[in-house]
Amino acid sequence: MPKLLKKRALVEDRWLRLGPGEEPPTCADTPLLVPLETWRSHRGTLASRRPEHLGVWLDGDAEPAELEADLQRFACVAVRFPSFTDGRGFSCARLLREQQGYQGELRAIGDIFPDQLHYLQRCGFDSFELADDVPLDTALRCLDAFSTSYQKTGTEPH
Amino acid sequence: MYRYDDRDRTLVKERVRQFRDQMERYLAGALTEDQFRPLRLQNGLYIQRLAPMLRISIPYGLISAQQLRRLARIAREYDKGYAHFTTRQNVQFNWPQLEEIPAILEELAEVEMHAIQTSGNCVRNITTDEFAGVAPDEVEDPRPWCELVRQWATFHPEFAFLPRKFKIAISGSERDRAAIQIHDIGLALYRNANGEVRVQVLVGGGLGRTPILGETIHEALEPRHLRTYLDAILRVYNRYGRRDNKYKARIKILVKAWGVQEFARRVEREWQSLKDGPNTITEAELAHFRSFFTTPEYQAPAAGTEAAIQAQAGADRAFSRWLERNVRPHRAPGYAAVTLSLKPVGIPPGDVTDAQLEAIADLAETFSFGEARVTHHQNLVFADVPRAELYRLWRELKSLGFATPTIGTLSDIICCPGGDFCSLANAKSIPIAEAIQREFDDLDYLYDLGDLSLNISGCMNACGHHHVGNIGILGVDKKGEEFYQIQIGGDAGSDAALGQVLGPSFYAPEVPTVIGRILETYIQLRSEGETFVETYRRVGVAPFKERVYAKAA
Repeated sequence: MPKLLKKRALVEDRWLRLGPGEEPPTCADTPLLVPLETWRSHRGTLASRRPEHLGVWLDGDAEPAELEADLQRFACVAVRFPSFTDGRGFSCARLLREQQGYQGELRAIGDIFPDQLHYLQRCGFDSFELADDVPLDTALRCLDAFSTSYQKTGTEPH
Repeated sequence: MYRYDDRDRTLVKERVRQFRDQMERYLAGALTEDQFRPLRLQNGLYIQRLAPMLRISIPYGLISAQQLRRLARIAREYDKGYAHFTTRQNVQFNWPQLEEIPAILEELAEVEMHAIQTSGNCVRNITTDEFAGVAPDEVEDPRPWCELVRQWATFHPEFAFLPRKFKIAISGSERDRAAIQIHDIGLALYRNANGEVRVQVLVGGGLGRTPILGETIHEALEPRHLRTYLDAILRVYNRYGRRDNKYKARIKILVKAWGVQEFARRVEREWQSLKDGPNTITEAELAHFRSFFTTPEYQAPAAGTEAAIQAQAGADRAFSRWLERNVRPHRAPGYAAVTLSLKPVGIPPGDVTDAQLEAIADLAETFSFGEARVTHHQNLVFADVPRAELYRLWRELKSLGFATPTIGTLSDIICCPGGDFCSLANAKSIPIAEAIQREFDDLDYLYDLGDLSLNISGCMNACGHHHVGNIGILGVDKKGEEFYQIQIGGDAGSDAALGQVLGPSFYAPEVPTVIGRILETYIQLRSEGETFVETYRRVGVAPFKERVYAKAA
């Protein structure tokens, strides 16, 4: 089971994540992270869930602008990295935060590793899926790799 | 030159600490080979054919005497006693021990140097004109802009995993000496009719397998928007550049696929959300960057200086040759810019020993305000030499072997490390350069040929910029054997052009003979005062081709 780094702690992931094409369960008590496509095809039933139990995940090549109208209803948006060398998710995160003004949990999932945490955080992610063999001290050391920066990104204090 | 502030120092120190930790986790098995690869590359560390290779950044080619001495010490203590200057104004060590890399990075940090982003799929070292700040035809000093772009690119959180490497060059003079048309982004600083600085932005240039010249996407960008506009270009590239095939992943392929107009439109659209945002450049910020690149305290030339130089040149043919080829005019009266040739025959282009680096540092302090520049032709420049000292400097350089009076001639070859060192190469390149230098060692003949660039790459990656040499040589592999393809007509300057391949390739021993035939053709066909590339443009490739392949016909 992958772990989640959130608020500087390793926590269990309480969200049930659906794969592409998987039917959403009828039980409404579980926080549900559905593929963007599933949100679009099951919008009617999913929209009735409690907002804090509804999230979507999308790939780094998704167009954040297309989510605009729906974005603020999600408690969690996860961006999937198909491979750690695929940097599209970094841009996707900044667009979600800075262009679309998304303020909920923004989670990095898929193929990421601790040495990317610092940049991911600077791009606006605030939770991170990590392999279960990553020790917390390594994750935090990577998260805090640099104490200052040359660029201003929208989610950082300027 | 630029000096670090607390933020620069902190970042470089934290980078060394970060890399030491990454290396330890890699050696302990906590990072996989695949995960460690981009991390080490973004610290300039390659695992090469014979040993690791470490590439160190020399931001826009500027280096101090103190830094040269530190490179000398690293060469001596961690390498085999020499360093190699590259075509991207960087320096490489070819024999460091993997475990010692963090220690080398610490040595560099002490003199405000690093290896950050000298490789990998990120924004690389910014390059510019080696005569920045002193060239008579300069309209805006590019160095403050280079430093500004360097800081923007360094540890940019969004652009550390681009589809492919990304190179930016900046020029601020009438004649482009930074080869901006062969970069992913080329920035030409100029002044508009009101005397205000504007930036012409080119994208999509590059060599490699698909050589293309960059095209303009903004004619007159206001400089305060430079950073946000760069963010927009990089974001469009990061999101839409191809990632399925590394040979089609450079921005030039995307620009070509969409067409330059559509690309410009997408950038413009992306820019709207960034423009006037927190990354807009303020006047105060620009003044800060400019404050590092002030004019040194030039002394007015003593009366009789020019007459003395004339007399020295008249008495010493070798000195007059050097004056003609290796000394360039300067904007300050009584000063000159001097190019140190790192191309003596028999030495790989760009190679220097530890002792030579120290000697260069001493000379830089005596003759040029303690600074030197690395050129993309793999030479060094002393930019601020009093003309009254030229003769004395020449004698010093001559004894060190850096006064070869061949700058800009056929013998001033740009050459990648090639198959002797590089794991990517298809063929050796350094022995070819040497064979050509030996074949054409008559200075009168070289001068008669005039300005003529000859560039050699050992593979399609084109580190030797063969496409834009007036004569370009490319090493190719055919069923395990090394061959050389020859092209002519390339040009890296303001009239940038890609060369045209002559025809079937040659064995190494044939190359000097083929070059000889190309040169003979030029001499026969040239009009009065015409350079090689001008003749080529007038007559085309056919006469050269005929002469080169005459035997086979």
